[in-house]
Amino acid sequence: MSDNLIVPTMAQMMAEGKQPEILFWVGSAGSFDDRAKKITRAFVKILNKANVNFAVLGTEESCTGDVAKRAGNEFLFQMQALMNIELLNAYGVEKIVTCDPHSFNCLKNEYPGLGGNYEVLHHTQFIQQLLKEGRINFNKDTYKGSRITFHDPCYLGRANNEYQAPREILSQINAEIVEMKRSKSSALCCGAGGAQMFKEPEKGNMEINVLRTQDALETTPNIIATGCPYCNTMMTDGVKFAHKENEVKVLDIAEIIANAQNL
Amino acid sequence: MNFLDNILFALLLGAGIGYFTMNVKKLIRNIKLGQDVDRSDNSSERWKNMMMVALGQSKMVKRPIAGFLHIVVYVGFVIINIEIIEIIIDGLFGTHRVLSFMGGLYDVLIGSFEILAFLVLVTVSIFWIRRNVVKIGRFTSTDLNGKPRNDANYILYFEIVIMSLFFTMNSADLHLQTLGIGHYSQAGSFPISQFIAPIYNGISEGTVVLIERAAWWLHIAGILVFLNYLYFSKHLHILLAFPNTFYADLNAKGKFNNLESVTNEVKLMMDPNADPFAAPANPDAVPAKFGASDVQDLNWVQLLNAYSCTECGRCTSSCPANLTGKKLSPRKIMMDTRDRLEEVGRNIDLNKGVFVDDGKSLLNDYITPEELWACTTCNACVEECPINISPLSIIIEMRRYLVMEQSAAPMELNNMMSNIENNGAPWQYNQMDRLNWINE
Repeated sequence: MSDNLIVPTMAQMMAEGKQPEILFWVGSAGSFDDRAKKITRAFVKILNKANVNFAVLGTEESCTGDVAKRAGNEFLFQMQALMNIELLNAYGVEKIVTCDPHSFNCLKNEYPGLGGNYEVLHHTQFIQQLLKEGRINFNKDTYKGSRITFHDPCYLGRANNEYQAPREILSQINAEIVEMKRSKSSALCCGAGGAQMFKEPEKGNMEINVLRTQDALETTPNIIATGCPYCNTMMTDGVKFAHKENEVKVLDIAEIIANAQNL
Repeated sequence: MNFLDNILFALLLGAGIGYFTMNVKKLIRNIKLGQDVDRSDNSSERWKNMMMVALGQSKMVKRPIAGFLHIVVYVGFVIINIEIIEIIIDGLFGTHRVLSFMGGLYDVLIGSFEILAFLVLVTVSIFWIRRNVVKIGRFTSTDLNGKPRNDANYILYFEIVIMSLFFTMNSADLHLQTLGIGHYSQAGSFPISQFIAPIYNGISEGTVVLIERAAWWLHIAGILVFLNYLYFSKHLHILLAFPNTFYADLNAKGKFNNLESVTNEVKLMMDPNADPFAAPANPDAVPAKFGASDVQDLNWVQLLNAYSCTECGRCTSSCPANLTGKKLSPRKIMMDTRDRLEEVGRNIDLNKGVFVDDGKSLLNDYITPEELWACTTCNACVEECPINISPLSIIIEMRRYLVMEQSAAPMELNNMMSNIENNGAPWQYNQMDRLNWINE
């Protein structure tokens, strides 16, 4: 079912002699993971509605190499990075926005040393800008009476000190925002980072996502908000583990805003 | 006769400072075993960091109770040590309370030393109770078993003994001052010792003089022994916290360094004009080792980190892997690095200045792959460290060795990496399907 998303690729833009305002870096999770694809679509709806002049790399996009780097494979990371940088520079990309804090961190902090210099934004930062510029209007009462708690993704929060953007966005809707006991710089990881997403955890007495979901459930929320496709998976699994999937939803900030816009 | 005292004191002081200097040289040599890393940039930011984090203790107060107590001991330690200047002059020249000519200011100084010393005594006792009675989790976990746990308590006992000797010395002095005996002229104000002094009533003058002298000697001897204990203890942090915060990584915590040796190889690989059969430019060059399997492969800041760690365990108590029962403890990563570095240092001492392979390494003999693979790279340990140590950077260096030198990644990660190589995503999806989400 297509809602007629308008998603031009850089190649199309170039063929038409146009240059988009921003490149939307979809990322591997956003392209292939069934849950993350919904976040990608929600964000594109927001971009379309706000008439943002953007493009994607489409089938030319490849893994940033971030997860290989965290796993210790610097070779694979740099091969991916250098290929991507060649492509991004060929298209003259200057500004990138992404829904994945891991891509965000990698593009922003690790690509410059290899020749890829771009202004990189996380989608919560970009949505915050659109809100400030008055380019997004939404029904403030969509979430009236809801309790929302925000889980800080490590690679947005501690890694890049961005705690405010997602919270400022949430403060614009008429919901009760509650903080977990471990939040912002003290937030607990969801358990997916450092390539853990792709392997079985080492032996222990508990899963990290279960522990983190407990933190969230202690605030008795209706919605656990986050800004990372991997955190989303981990928290969703944690909620299922606690048998709370009927009472508590795990949503990305982009989905919350798109819903409030009736998109 | 008095000369003998002065000579004895000079010898004691010389021995104390001499042995300490020798060990500091060893410490610097060991740290220099690390690889080069440039931290000479941005010195204004670095000074600011050191002032805030080390001098200003800004990260300590994130845990308010421990932070407050620590500041009491820290301020006490720094200020009471001003007294050592007087003790050294008195000891070398046979004077008694030589700085008392300052009059009112001297009273204020001695008075504040007394109050601070009392607060230190109380605080150190609370520290001991937190460790041994309340048994706070991060002080009882198994990574501290053995020497580290004893070390922590020895430091507290040292401080209690030194502060008690300080009060014995002052109260006996005050008693003799009030009696107006010999050179014990009225000097200083003693807000705490005035309550202790009455216990000397009825004791012969000679005995009280003996007590005062004994306490004075033991006090300065205790300080010198404590100074020399530092090198063998986690207590080195009182000195190394300063360079450690100065040389800490200033980049965003998420930024991991890009290995230059890898960049060179990857660029060569991707260069269509490169001749694959070309003779190497420098045939004698030793190929770069990727990642770290031993302490010499780490950089010198990481080794400085290891010596600076005071094993407080804030890192481990916030590590998601450790909190869920995995073997990884960021504190243990730092302790292991230091233990191995000291082992390498002793090896060098025994072998006339060169390291002779002992068949051991930091990897496997100290830190196991199981610990390394449990890390989520979440940076909680780095964030928590009160003096900006990065256990994470060591974990990543060692993962690099496991993956790039030994191809020893967990099987699932090898699959993930093959997928990236083959189809540009960590999962097995075709790159041509990257836009399918538009129509779903």
